[in-house]
Amino acid sequence: MIRPDAPVLLEIRNLHATVGDQPILKGVDLTLRAGEIHAVMGRNGSGKSTLSKLLAGHPAYTVTAGTVRYRGEDLLALAPEDRARAGVFLGFQYPVEIPGVSNLEFLRVATNARRIAKGGEELDTFAFEDLVRERLKVVQMDPAFLERSVNEGFSGGEKKRNEILQMALLEPLVAILDETDSGLDIDALRIVSAGVNQLATPDNCILLITHYQRLLDEITPDFVHVMAAGRILRTGGKELALELERRGYDWVDEGLASSDQADVSAPALEVV
Amino acid sequence: MVSLSVSPVTAPGSASAAWLETVLRVFEPSLPATPGQPLGGLARSRAVARDDLRRTGLPPTRQEAWRFTSLAPLIAVPPQVLPGPDRHHAPDHPPASEALRLYWDGDRDPLAGVDLPEGLSRLETGVQEALLGAVLEAAGTAGSWMVRFNAALAGQVLALRVRGNVALPLELVSDCGQAAGVRPLRLLLVLEEDASLELLQVHRAEGTSLTTVVVEAQLAPRARLRHGFLAQGTEASCLLAHLAVSQAPASELDLTTAVGGWGLVRLEPAITQVQGAAATRLRGLQVVRGRQIADLHSLVRFEGPEGQLDQLQKAVVDDAGRSVFHGAVQVPQAAQRTSASQLSRNLLLSDRARVDAIPQLEIVADDVRCTHGATVTRLQQEELFYLRSRGLGADQAARLLLEGFCDEILAGLPASASRWEPAHALLRTALPR
Repeated sequence: MIRPDAPVLLEIRNLHATVGDQPILKGVDLTLRAGEIHAVMGRNGSGKSTLSKLLAGHPAYTVTAGTVRYRGEDLLALAPEDRARAGVFLGFQYPVEIPGVSNLEFLRVATNARRIAKGGEELDTFAFEDLVRERLKVVQMDPAFLERSVNEGFSGGEKKRNEILQMALLEPLVAILDETDSGLDIDALRIVSAGVNQLATPDNCILLITHYQRLLDEITPDFVHVMAAGRILRTGGKELALELERRGYDWVDEGLASSDQADVSAPALEVV
Repeated sequence: MVSLSVSPVTAPGSASAAWLETVLRVFEPSLPATPGQPLGGLARSRAVARDDLRRTGLPPTRQEAWRFTSLAPLIAVPPQVLPGPDRHHAPDHPPASEALRLYWDGDRDPLAGVDLPEGLSRLETGVQEALLGAVLEAAGTAGSWMVRFNAALAGQVLALRVRGNVALPLELVSDCGQAAGVRPLRLLLVLEEDASLELLQVHRAEGTSLTTVVVEAQLAPRARLRHGFLAQGTEASCLLAHLAVSQAPASELDLTTAVGGWGLVRLEPAITQVQGAAATRLRGLQVVRGRQIADLHSLVRFEGPEGQLDQLQKAVVDDAGRSVFHGAVQVPQAAQRTSASQLSRNLLLSDRARVDAIPQLEIVADDVRCTHGATVTRLQQEELFYLRSRGLGADQAARLLLEGFCDEILAGLPASASRWEPAHALLRTALPR
């Protein structure tokens, strides 16, 4: 839902970042307003996952230039846990298995951390169980998964459902979903997508990171950005994803070559 | 008894020899009440052990079995009998109604005034005399230093017979509190055919003390013993425990040990499957920080075919703490079709922490399946980040991961252990940075 007057939730300007000495992001610009769904597409190695992890505060990445503002505040100054408490959520491409840590307990602690940050009340075990059972329906998840260790022995699809369950509990304002569609069969993709659609509200925004159109058949983006070599090369509406599907990423490479020749920063098409 | 003039191997006049001599003198057994009365089995073995110890002194680190573990911290323990236990009855952990708790101080009779549940009885003196030491002999550990040291001091044996299924879990508690001194404890358990028992052994100490324990458990065919060993100490306290079990065919042993906080702790589980065909499950956890040393030397010996061993030993080591795991598994020719797995998993929380994990598989039989492995890791950054990305603070995330690491072992303790809050007790002194 595009509303030009909607508040800006996330504003990324000229973001450069490295892993070790290796530059990965080379000037990313992106603006997300409340109510919007954005998709970032691109090849492996284009910097998509780096962007998503960096926004969540992964310690492996170093920002060398640029800014990220979350509701006007400097997001990069916050520790990962403070970003989460403030309402930034990353749905992991590869959710981590944590043996010995109960999923239910983990979800409760995480939910309460966010609730307290919002000025709400901490939920006791019983109140939380009521809440989690209701939110399980969003992703049609079996309550048995609550009793297991975090993601341990979960199938790919179950892990992704668990991610969206966390999103449903944490109620973020900015949700970054990193290849949430990978490893999902058609049915699981539909369930997870329906969950995301249900959680998209006029007050939050969603950044989908994906390779494939098939996710965007289920979740309709307001904007599609094509990323290559650490920059956003093109921005368009949902039809850009269809064009990309039709013409392939070589088409992006041509754009990249011409931009390199011209020695200018990414010729991102400002739609907003 | 008559004092003998012997020249100790330990350098004469050295602090350790003097300490040992004083301890031996303090625990000098009183002469039989009636002159001419023969010494009982316990007194005889005490005399032998005392002479032995005077000759050998404390084992030096040049001895292979003590290569990683110096007994030097013992010398700081006042060489005296640990005084009055009465104040230290773990008031913060009242006994559960669903368990029978016995307080164990090596002096008073733990069974005095206690109604034993059906199936549990005091072992008759004659039987006790006949059986004492038999399990150690079977394991081949009767001559080991920790056993001899205990034998030289312990003047009393808690000896129990288990018949049938004892429904009430048994809790055996030794709490040294803040008292200083030495406490010797000895337990003999005889599980008859088809008997089953759940036993939780709890050791606590806060003062400059040394607890020495020898447990002998004899499992007849199809007997089942679930044995939890939970020991929480502090920097000044030392614990030496030898846990010997002999298993007849079709018997099951499930032994879970969890120790933390001791300046020095050494456990020696010594399991013998006397004819093979039994099941042994060993779980162990050490939590070490500061300059503490936790050592676990296990020995599992199969003396017949088709025995099973499933062993998992874990350690969490912080600061300049040190963890030692030496896991011997002996599979002689007679032990065909033995199936044994041994795994050691260690978590290092500091650059100065040290782990020595040594599997020692001696396999002669050719038709066996024996595996072993050891891992040493740090807290996984990806796991920490995942938890932090959900709003958990760095400390909270690390603590949750630590608890998760330990839970795999602690979950194996008997249910009554939950009253002792083992995760909290063991980890409270091991805060991650």
